[in-house]
Amino acid sequence: MTGSILFMLIIVLGGIAWFFGRVKASRFSADNKKRGAVHSLPNYHGWYVALWAIGPALLFLMIWNMASPALITDAALTSPAAEQLPQDPFARGAILAEARSIASGQQVQAFNPLSQSMVEPYRTAISYYRTLGMVAALLLVFACGAFGWLKLKPELRARTKIERVTMLLLLFASLIATITTIGIFVSLIFESARFFSMVSPIDFLFGTEWNPKAVAGPRGETGFGAIPLFWGTVFIGAIIAMIVAIPLGLMSAIYLTQYAPPNFRAWMKPILEVLAGVPTVVYGYFAALTVAPALRDFAVSIGISGASSESALAAGVVMGIMIIPFVSSMADDSIAAVPSAMRDGSLAMGATKSETIKKVLIPAALPGVVGGVLLAVSRAIGETMIVVMAAGLAANMTANPFSSVTTVTTQIVKLLTGDQEFDSPKTLAAFALGLVLFIVTLLLNLIALRVVKKYREAYE
Amino acid sequence: MNSSAAFVEERNPTDWQSDAMQQRIRKRYAAERRFKALGISAIILSAGFLAFLMIVMVGNGLRGFTQTELPVEIDFPAMTGGATADQFRGANGPANLRTLGVQDIVNTSVQIQYGEEGSELFSAGGWQAVNQEILKNPQIVETKTTLYLPVESEIDVAFKGSGSETAENKVAELKDRLSTGFNWNFLTNSDATDPMQVGIWGALKGSLITMFITLLIAFPIGVLSALYLEEYAPKNRFTDLIEVSINNLAAVPSIIFGLLGLAVFLNLFGLPRSAALVGGLTLALMTMPVIVISGRNAVKAVPPSIREAALGIGASQMQVVFHHVLPLALPGILTGTIIGMARALGETAPLLMIGMRAFIATPPGGIVEPATVLPVQIFLWSDEVNRGFVEKTSAAIIVLLLFLLTMNALAIYLRNRFETRW
Repeated sequence: MTGSILFMLIIVLGGIAWFFGRVKASRFSADNKKRGAVHSLPNYHGWYVALWAIGPALLFLMIWNMASPALITDAALTSPAAEQLPQDPFARGAILAEARSIASGQQVQAFNPLSQSMVEPYRTAISYYRTLGMVAALLLVFACGAFGWLKLKPELRARTKIERVTMLLLLFASLIATITTIGIFVSLIFESARFFSMVSPIDFLFGTEWNPKAVAGPRGETGFGAIPLFWGTVFIGAIIAMIVAIPLGLMSAIYLTQYAPPNFRAWMKPILEVLAGVPTVVYGYFAALTVAPALRDFAVSIGISGASSESALAAGVVMGIMIIPFVSSMADDSIAAVPSAMRDGSLAMGATKSETIKKVLIPAALPGVVGGVLLAVSRAIGETMIVVMAAGLAANMTANPFSSVTTVTTQIVKLLTGDQEFDSPKTLAAFALGLVLFIVTLLLNLIALRVVKKYREAYE
Repeated sequence: MNSSAAFVEERNPTDWQSDAMQQRIRKRYAAERRFKALGISAIILSAGFLAFLMIVMVGNGLRGFTQTELPVEIDFPAMTGGATADQFRGANGPANLRTLGVQDIVNTSVQIQYGEEGSELFSAGGWQAVNQEILKNPQIVETKTTLYLPVESEIDVAFKGSGSETAENKVAELKDRLSTGFNWNFLTNSDATDPMQVGIWGALKGSLITMFITLLIAFPIGVLSALYLEEYAPKNRFTDLIEVSINNLAAVPSIIFGLLGLAVFLNLFGLPRSAALVGGLTLALMTMPVIVISGRNAVKAVPPSIREAALGIGASQMQVVFHHVLPLALPGILTGTIIGMARALGETAPLLMIGMRAFIATPPGGIVEPATVLPVQIFLWSDEVNRGFVEKTSAAIIVLLLFLLTMNALAIYLRNRFETRW
């Protein structure tokens, strides 16, 4: 908490620095009435001083925060209590980590009595270095602020300097997205590589038995064959959901764009879009509470065996309904992009509206619709909560929609919310599944965008 | 030449009135009507599903806002040994109340009126309602008062709908004494093991803190990168890379962001598990592309004449952007931001990855304390076996949907009110 108070304090001091800089600049602007004698407006001088006050101090704090844990550990190790610590680096590290988390208040009770003895040295070291950093940061604020203030003079090109800093800020902000993408890629690949050093990629990608164990079985089987998960994902997201979403979405789009009176369209379009705005956890709960039991009763009544209360059909249908607005808006766009000359020509030849739609508009809009469907599939296979709550955990390879199947996202959630050993292949498998999911959705998106773009160009 | 002329002479004009032709036209019109009916039924089916979902949630959830109560007559003067109302006023009130032993007083009163097994009829934490009542209105400790206390969860379920057989029997027994009251606990409490005592305030507060952090990070970054990409970025491969990664991030499944948060924020940076800070950071990375994309469209919509006019009277490039373009684009950017935030508010999967699924019985006090959020709370309650949680889950869903509705309505209002069409 003291960290955020310090941060606030520095920001407030920056505000004061801004004020002083501005006052000084206003004074010499008032003295130099001659045109062009003062390069920048007083405001920019204020910002100039404020940046001097805040910038170096924040930079220092950032470096300090990275460097201080090592310094704290060194300081704590010089204390007399540290002499009892075991020499084994692993045991030593575990005790130190525990002591540190108790000292910083993240943990209340120590499991190891040795850690308890290390808490006090840690606490003193932490408070010593924290105070040191705080004092140094505040000193930096004052020193650099004063330096900036002293540099203010009429001919100072404050605006140019501020604008240069702002430009850097803009560039940095737009780099965050790239950094995030790289971060996703690197962290997934890094953790997956650790997983694949324990489990062969061939077994993972082409194995048919999913039953993850922390240790390999007698014949070296690990139960990390992900084919049943891939099948379940495709079955729910790309087959059942699309059987629901494509006809409903496409027909809704066609009716709304071609037949509906403007008034009806103005009301109905937002209502359908609400379907995409409902949180997925609500859909999941609805699927598990209402849809799945109803489907199971139905299956039992018509005599289908293997019906379970968690079924692929329940998850798939509800997911399909969630996707409807997505498909319909993509279809809407691509139908609207078909040149009206084609439509008018068909109508002029005596075709009815539905014949025009079926024989002219849809074939012409097909690439766009296909692109939209691909995007919808990519969204459906990445969807998590509905399948977690309604599809079940049993890794079955079955085409019976009434039985329970499991998906990639369900298993990621299951693997990461159980035990928390970070090095066990069970936890790392989640990252390997995540990597597969990421690559597949990425490819689907790239293909879909390319298809849509090609088709747009064809009519332009 | 000759033969073709003969052909023209032989050809009769189409007889539109012939039976075959009429039949064909009827068939084509029927197909037309069928197609149109198919379209309208697709819309009705989709909208009907939405209506069904809402009806189920509201139908289940409204019961979650009420609780079944039984009257308990408490003879305070006899049982407290002459406590006065003044003891429970002011700052010392809560401390004095603790020494009073309200739980025992309530238990004794219950046993007097409902027999030895009487306590089993009531929710285990129900006596806390008496505590609150005394603090609110200390006068009652000097009199004999009748208070309404929440009953045990199974009886509550049985009274509102249909429950287990034993509970139904008890309801039949107590029929004329049971009543329904508003469940204030649901709005002020946090998670609990007893469905009669759960509330959403803890999760709601966690959601608000998380959203605050998300907004604090995603909004400035989103706006600044939208400005950079639209106003400054040179056309080169580097800019293309940024654009591709933003568009790509917008389509990455949300659970992948959870994996990123787990690997980077928790394992690499060592930030605390389950904290609102980590949740907010993760959701910020997810929301930022939405803000950038809507922000770029809003900036693009500002006409060039405004930029040229500002440049013409001597503004610098930076002044043009920050003094003229940004204020004009702001309503559009805000609309996009609210929509992105609404999506983040309903997000569950990435937060499960970073451990925000713990049982949190006290509302979080800061950004690094363990917290949970509303959608995750819904997910946790949906997993509970106890039937009392069904209505609580739906009630929490109603609260979540109300928040989302408000945010979206605000976005639409902003768009209609402030967005200028040039």
